[in-house]
Amino acid sequence: MSVVLETLDAAVRYGTRARGVQALDGVSLRVHAGERVALVGANGCGKSTLLRLLHGLLAPTAGAVLRDPDTTQAMLFQRPHLMRLSVQSNVALGLWLRGQRWSQAQALAAQALQRVGLEALAARSAHKLSGGQQQRVALARAWALEARVLFLDEPTASLDPHAKREVEALVGDYARARANTTLVFASHNLGQVKRLASRVLYLEQGRMLADLSVQDFFDSSVLSAHHPQAHAFVKGESV
Amino acid sequence: MTTFSESAATALQLVAALDPTLVSIVWRSLAVSASACALACSLGLVLGAWLGVARFAGRAAVLTLLNTFLAVPSVVVGLVVYLLLSRSGPLGFLGWLFSFKAMVLAQALLVLPVVAALTRQVVEDAETLHGEQLASLGAGALLRSLLLAWDERFALLTVVLAAFGRAISEVGAVMLVGGNVEGFTRVMTTAIALETSKGDLPLALGLGLVLLAVVLSLNALTSLIRRWREREEGGTPALPALGMSL
Repeated sequence: MSVVLETLDAAVRYGTRARGVQALDGVSLRVHAGERVALVGANGCGKSTLLRLLHGLLAPTAGAVLRDPDTTQAMLFQRPHLMRLSVQSNVALGLWLRGQRWSQAQALAAQALQRVGLEALAARSAHKLSGGQQQRVALARAWALEARVLFLDEPTASLDPHAKREVEALVGDYARARANTTLVFASHNLGQVKRLASRVLYLEQGRMLADLSVQDFFDSSVLSAHHPQAHAFVKGESV
Repeated sequence: MTTFSESAATALQLVAALDPTLVSIVWRSLAVSASACALACSLGLVLGAWLGVARFAGRAAVLTLLNTFLAVPSVVVGLVVYLLLSRSGPLGFLGWLFSFKAMVLAQALLVLPVVAALTRQVVEDAETLHGEQLASLGAGALLRSLLLAWDERFALLTVVLAAFGRAISEVGAVMLVGGNVEGFTRVMTTAIALETSKGDLPLALGLGLVLLAVVLSLNALTSLIRRWREREEGGTPALPALGMSL
């Protein structure tokens, strides 16, 4: 499998050297095409920072980040930002920003909305949708862009259980629909990690302390023997 | 008291009868302030939106300077424009002093910081909330600033109304650069000042009533926009407080 993302001893520091926060420190990893990588850890451990670093929204303050230039990326945020436009135009906007003509973008957006089951709401104002529907619009943007690497920053954290299941199922469909689609997502929901991930990275205070297959991450004997901090986290989250 | 009540009654008669002198002054005021607002907004909205998104060395100093200009008295702006347009000034060759254009220029310079500073605040708040999403889709700083400004168009509409309110209610700048020439550069505020000093209280009061009505209408329009937006979107963050005053 080809490498689509790589970090080399990457670090991110917010603020000044004297009064800043070391959000990430010495993170080195490779993500291959088709992997489904979950970032887990307590609040403030650096999950969101690592996602932004990998996606290119942040530059490393030390080290390097390498991305496959031929791989299209998209990102879903915890709260999707939709413009004061129709649902379809919101999806088309992503394509327009990447150079598509507006009329062509609209046609592709209509197809993408079918993928997430929102074609009936295409003409509605995006701000009138529920949180779950808005997240589906954000996913439709990724569909329209044909993103091969999809970053997700706790995209179901602010949704009700029903919407959570819907969005999670659509993300699963997305990953399965195209060969070698890569998912990198941050989540507090260990059940979701178990269902979606093939690999788990555990972060604590900006450092990556464990890089395991999902089977090993949920194998208590492996985790307690080799990764006590991650084990303590999983036990705490499971309580 | 008698003088006041008599003057008020005569003023109301002037307004009701659409006194030609009063109407021409009101129309000139509206034209000057609308032109100044259009000029200031064409530059201030883009500049403010860009400042809300762009990050560059010296940005904090630029913002401090911009916010300082918010508090510059209109008479100081008038003085600067007067010096620029006077015969020996750098723009003296234009021959604009004591003209409609000079008043437009002075008011535009007066409200430009208002438009830019308020737009900057609105767009910066939007950037904090949603800038990453647009950056993720590939929008650079300038495009992002324009998209966020468009997205916040209802909030920015109230910024435009606030700028118009500031322009139409100022007196110092237009008095200096317009010269208060009857039939040419006399606007509501300068006419009120002149007529009061002459003791012609009915016309001054009549113009004051119209000016009050204009500002009241702008505030009412701002409230209507706010309510309509809240109804359309089912509750949104409050628009910036833009209470206007004479």
